[in-house]
Order: sequence, then structure tokens, then C-alpha cells
Amino acid sequence: MMLRQLLRQAASNVAEPTPSRRAFLKGTGGALVISAVVPLGSFAAESAAPGIVGPADPRPNLFVRVAKDNTVTVLVKHLDKGQGIMTGLTTIVAEELDADWSQMRGEHAPADSKLYGNHFFGIQGTGGSTAVANSWDELRMAGAAARTMLVNAAAAEWKVPADQITVAKGVVSHKASGKSATFGQLAEAASKQPIPAKVTLKEPGQYSLIGNETLHRLDHVSKTNGTAIFAMDIRRPNQVTAVLARSPRFGGTVKSVDDKAARAIPGVIDVLTLPVGVAVVAKNTWAAIKGREALSIQWDDAKAEKRGTDQMLAEYRAQAKKPGTKAARKGDTGAAFKTAAKVVEAEYSFPYLAHAPMEPLNATLEIKADGGAEIWAGSQFQGIEQPVVAGILGTTPDKVKINTLWAGGSFGRRATTTADYIAEVALIAKALAAKGKKVPVHLVWTREDDIQGGRYRPMVVHRVKGGLDKAGKLIAWEQAIVTQSFIADTPFAQVMIKDGVDATAVEGASDMAYAVPNLSVDYHQMASPVTTLWWRSVGHTHTAYAKEAFIEELAAAAGKDGVAFRLELLGDAHPRLTGVLKLAAEKAGWSKPLAPAADGSKRARGVAVHESFSSFVAHVAEVTVSKDGKIKVDRVVVAVDCGVPVNPNVIKAQIEGGTGFGIGHALRDQITLTDGLVDQSNFDGYEPMRLSDMPEVEVHIVASTARPTGVGEPGVPTAAPAVANAVFRATGQKLHDLPFSKAGVV
Amino acid sequence: MISLDINGKVREVDVPEDMPLLWVLRDELNMTGTKFGCGVAQCGACTVHVDGQPTRSCQLPASAAVGAKITTIEGLSGKAAAAVQKAWADLDVVQCGYCQSGQVMAATALIAENQNPTDADIEAALDGNVCRCATYVRIKAAVKQAAKLART
Repeated sequence: MMLRQLLRQAASNVAEPTPSRRAFLKGTGGALVISAVVPLGSFAAESAAPGIVGPADPRPNLFVRVAKDNTVTVLVKHLDKGQGIMTGLTTIVAEELDADWSQMRGEHAPADSKLYGNHFFGIQGTGGSTAVANSWDELRMAGAAARTMLVNAAAAEWKVPADQITVAKGVVSHKASGKSATFGQLAEAASKQPIPAKVTLKEPGQYSLIGNETLHRLDHVSKTNGTAIFAMDIRRPNQVTAVLARSPRFGGTVKSVDDKAARAIPGVIDVLTLPVGVAVVAKNTWAAIKGREALSIQWDDAKAEKRGTDQMLAEYRAQAKKPGTKAARKGDTGAAFKTAAKVVEAEYSFPYLAHAPMEPLNATLEIKADGGAEIWAGSQFQGIEQPVVAGILGTTPDKVKINTLWAGGSFGRRATTTADYIAEVALIAKALAAKGKKVPVHLVWTREDDIQGGRYRPMVVHRVKGGLDKAGKLIAWEQAIVTQSFIADTPFAQVMIKDGVDATAVEGASDMAYAVPNLSVDYHQMASPVTTLWWRSVGHTHTAYAKEAFIEELAAAAGKDGVAFRLELLGDAHPRLTGVLKLAAEKAGWSKPLAPAADGSKRARGVAVHESFSSFVAHVAEVTVSKDGKIKVDRVVVAVDCGVPVNPNVIKAQIEGGTGFGIGHALRDQITLTDGLVDQSNFDGYEPMRLSDMPEVEVHIVASTARPTGVGEPGVPTAAPAVANAVFRATGQKLHDLPFSKAGVV
Repeated sequence: MISLDINGKVREVDVPEDMPLLWVLRDELNMTGTKFGCGVAQCGACTVHVDGQPTRSCQLPASAAVGAKITTIEGLSGKAAAAVQKAWADLDVVQCGYCQSGQVMAATALIAENQNPTDADIEAALDGNVCRCATYVRIKAAVKQAAKLART
């Protein structure tokens, strides 16, 4: 268990990894820790090339680089895996700098947890939709500081008072003297100015770039002409490609290997038996894949998972009927149910789900002469990967240089507590180096490796019971959540597991916003060698579904409209939730029910509302159910409140995509096991949402001056329950077991 | 040696006959704009044009591409391509971007043939191209905008 020990070591740096921003804020006394952050501008650097290849010149607290060629480069410490954070964070700096958008560039920052740590995690890493919230103060200050230095440089050069100087669209001007200069022209002089001790930040009313709908993403061209460089595209001199044969059953290990046939494949360089599997190293990817196919491996399944998911699910369902570990308690549910006029019960089940980012996992690692290493990867947890790799190679984390590249999706998959695929490539490179082959190694996961490789969204069962009084008022709620924990046995456990309850499993349920005087939420932790992981929106992927689908069933039992019932339960206590709920309902035309389709197919709307990662989202889905019971999601209206909308174009894109992600998986995706073997292997068996499945999506952003929060994940949780509720309202059919294809409606 | 006509240039590669064109492009010729997504023609990330037809390069053995005119994202040109790439950029279609070379290749082949695509035409042409970020709302809109640009 070397990796686990390494990780424990790595995690000694982990200060505040908690699952929700609410908890983060609690942990830091209601404010982000920014006092320690000194924003520095680096001026007169060499021109930054557009696009991201890797940082050229890491210096302390370096966030902004103004170059002589008049480009301004923002060093972004968070991974852009599609969510548009490169654009979002650059917008924040550009605003305070009064730059012209066309001169702005973005670049992934170097890996250095001390300089570029996520203030919520204590190490460098991206996740939990924290990036904008995390960087909001720091980057506004960096932009403002750089602006002040440019102004002071101009004042000194023109011999005019600094307070008479204005800055607009990247031009510094002094009206009375008619003097003006670009940032580029002032860059060198500004670099000699002292860093201001204090800066004044703009008020929201002064924003011209923040909230501006017309800004394009920084990567909107390079990703449409094939020039954007992903980790998969890295080609180092003498690079070799490796693929790894891993145990087909989770928890299995290598017993014996016959690699004769593999070594005979032209292009195969070596075959290595490692603790993580059998690596085939070759001149190119095709040879590596062919070599792996030619391997004959006997696996030791003594400790492996041999159950199928049907059996596991049955065990989960049985467990849900037993008392669990207390996650939330209020009042006395037992007494309340005795007085209830109506009791509703339901059980919801959720399958394992793969993240399946479009770019399969891969990384290139090169061992350096000093014993350190250089890595090229779509790196999401640099603060874990550095110490893990350092531990494997016997060096120190600072000697592990990571070039963070655009990632082709992640959805949580690239952020692991063990640096899994990065550790694999380090083990392979080390083993090769030990045989005298010190060459850059590119480890490639095939799609089959990805679909069958675990780290799934856990399987979950929710058993829920609700009680209504005679007036249809909700008086009691009991819920049992049965699932695996991907936090237990990791260093994150010390913060994220409290009193035996994994916060990532119960978030969105134990802190339910609906007013109910008697509440009981229990947590049950199941074990399996099947590896699991956070998956875009984490616990909310299932808790929001169970909560919102069940609330709809309660509303129906109470004879109430879905929106009205929710508003009643939210009362005045949750203005941002009621705000998005009302906005989505209004924009969707909720008050006018849908007429049946011309062919007689039933049509209805469904609604769901939820808070996740401190953002608030409501979905209204319009669904047609054909006469043979098949569903089609026609249109989805979404309202989102994420505080100050930094980049509305990116926010809308994230909510559109999150909606598709939520609905797509709910329709037909599941990872199942038979005798411990994964049944699906590629996009044929695990078929993602396709263009023809995608509904129209209309996104409305709530105007707000609240601190901005994330949008990468919050678009997911309510999408699927809104669809399920539409189907329920159209036909009465309750979609309790995901994916919907299990019920024959897809 | 296998001789291939790629983006108007003859390229000689010393590879096994069964090596898919995808890996010839990416590993032998360092043309990495064409992406590996699934390896089984289920996602479209590896789409190239073979004699103008959108083709999954992960399932096309190098030997079977001999004699054909192969166009990759790096060599994409012409009115339809320009219209598609402009529409894609104007509407900020991309998120992670990894599938988008393939989306652009598939959309360009459609627009080159049909400047008035219906929703059904767009679905037929692009349903094989997976986008895990689900940028489909904008893909549909961009195809329509590209068609409009190509008509003028």
C-alpha cells in the first residue's frame, strides 16, 4: 500500500478539503483567506503566445504578466477541462485592469501548492466548482495592482498626477496633456514601480467585462482548428507509448504473465510487471495496444470483487431497511408518522457511472538528470500528484514539474486522491529507467480501460418515507442513503467524514432546504473493491434526484402543484432557491399546461430545484410520452443564480452542458457487473447522450451582486429529476430506478 | 512503406498495413488535431475526410487509405470549412474541445453537400459525433449558421 502511504504524506498539506462551499466558508470564518495573498504583476516579460503550452517563467505569486507586445497573460491555477475557467478568471483580471479583451491571454499556472494552492483545499487542485469563488478576490486584487503600477509608471514618465490618469480598453491616458500609452509601452517602466500595498476594487455597477455577454472564450478558435494541445498530443523526443493491462476484476492482482507473443509484436519495446498491472511499452500506440492484446495473464482474484451489481443492489436494498448512522435528525419522525393523514414511501436506485471524458486518461512523464521529473497532463490535483510522483521516484515534490494542459473533459475523473494514472506512468518510467531506458513515457488509457477502470460514481439506494397532515402539509421525512464511500480510507476522510458520515454521500439530503419539522436521514456505508469517485456534482447527482422526485410524489399526494408545493415548503427562508424556481417556472410558461401532441402523445412539464456548491438552479423540463411509452425531452428551461455572473456566455454553456450531462446519463447509462466483470466496455454499451437526444435548452441567469460561485457542477443535479417529474405528471409513471431505460421508456 | 495522400501531400510511412490511419496521423506524422476517443468508430473524434467523405480514421487501416485523398483538420480549407469554423467560433461552441475537430470535420462534410440542412439532416450527419460536454445545443445552432454563411 505504498501509494496510500504516499498520499497520507501528501495530505499533510491538505487543510480544508470539504465537500461544499458552505462548509468551506464556515471553516474560514465566513471569508476567504486573502490577507496572505500578495498579488504581484510581472511586467515586461517576453510575449506570451496565444494558447497554452505551459508556463515559461514561474515567479512568486505570479498571476498577471504584461508583455511589451501589449498582451496580458493571466496565470490560471485551476485546470480548464472545458468549464471555461481560463476565460472566467482572465475576465476577472481584465476587468480590474481595464484591459481590452483582445489583448488578454490565459495560461495554466505552474504546479506549486504554496503559490497556487486552492484556498479551499490547501493544495493546488481544481474541483467542487470552487475556482471562481476561490480566485475572485485574489485576481481582482492582482488586476487592480497591475493597473495601479501602470498608472504610476505613466504618471512618473509624463510628470502628471496619477489621479488625473484614466485607463480604458488597455490604453492609459492623461486628458489634459493629451498623452496616452498602451500597456505594452508602459510595461517596462511599470515593472519598476512598487507593488501597491492597497488597491481599490470596482463596484459591480462599474463592470464592463464582467457580465459582458459578448466576450468570446479564449480557446474558441484553437479548439476548432485542431491546434489546441492536449496531453494526448504531447510528443517528446524519444518518447515511448505505454498501455497497461489491469485486473479485469476490481481488487485482482497479477499471478503470472506470459509475454512472449507480446514481445514479438513489431514495435513493442518492453513488457513490465508492476504492482498496478502489466505494462506494454512500444514505439507507438498501435503497437502497444496490439502488444497488450497478445499478453496472457493469470490473475489472482482472491481478494477481488466477484459479485454482480444485481446482487449488490439487492444487498443495498436490504440494508436500507435497517437503522443506519445518523446524518440528520430533527423532531420525532416516529411520532409524527403516527399522526400523518397520508404516508408516501419510495425507493430510488442509482447505478455506477463512468465519467468517460472525451480525452481518455493519459500523461507523459520524463525522468530528469537530477532525479526529478517533468509531467505533461490535464492535471487536476497537482498538489497530490507532485508528492505521489516524488515518493515513487525518490525525490522531492518541488522536483516534479507539471505542465498542466487543456484537459479533454474530466467530470471529476482526473482528480483522484491517489493520483492514479499519474502514479502509473511514474512507475512505468521508473521501471524502464532501472533497465537503462530513461525515456519519456506516454501512458495512454484506451476507452475500454476508462469504461472498465472504475472510479465510478458509486451505486446508491435511497429509501424515503414522507408524511402529510390532513391539510397536505409535510410533517415528517425519513431517508436512508446506502452507498460506498470514496472518501473513507483516504486522507480526505479526516475532514470529510464526520461522526461516521461521509459528507459527499449525504450532501443535498441531510441539509435539505424544505421545511419539515420532523426529519431523519441515515447513512449506510457499503464496501467493495470496486473503486468509486466524485462525479460531476458528487452527492447531489443522487440526493437531488431522490429529494426532488419524492417531493413531486408528495405534492401529488397532497393534491398540489409542483411549483406551489415547493414554494410553500421553502417559505421565506431560501430566497435564492425560490428566486430561481419562480424564474424558471415563469420563463417556461408553467401556468399554462402543455396540450397533448397532435398524435395524442401525452405532454407535461416537470420541475426541480436545488442548491449545490453554493449555486442555485431550477430546471423545468417539457417531455412528450408517446403512445408506446417512450419519452422525448423536448425543451428545458433553466434558471441559475451563481452570484455575480462573471462570464454569462460561459455560465450558459456550463448549464446547457450540465443539463445534457444530467439527462444523458439518466436516460440510458449504467455500469453493471456480472460475476465481478464490467459488462460495458466502450461507447456502444455505455452510450453517451447524442445530438438527437439533446433537448432545446434555455438558460436564464439571475442578476446578482452576491459573491460569485461555481457553475461547472450545479447544472447537473436538477436536470434528470425535472424530466422524471414531467413523466410522472404526464402518465403517473414513477421513475425510481436509474437509468430510465430500465423502465423501458427510452 | 505505405504512401498516403494527406492534405495534398504525399507522405511515406513505414507502418504495419493494419495500423489505423488515426495512429499513422498522430504517432507517425505528428498530426495531432485528429483525436483518439474510442477506437471503435463510436464517437467520431477521429473523423477525417477520405475523398470528401467523413470517415472514422480509427477503423481505417492505413493500407485501405492508399490512393485516396485524405483531409485532416490541419488541412481543412474551402468555403464550407471556413463557414463552419467561423460559426463554431462565433457561437463559442467548444467546451473541453477534444471532440470538436471531429465535429468540425463532420459538419464541414455536411455543409459542403447541403447548405439547407434540416434538423433531421443535422442529426443524421452528426449523431455519430459524441460530445461529453453536451455542447449539442450550440453545435446545432452553429451548423445552421454555417449553412447560412455558406449560402451567401
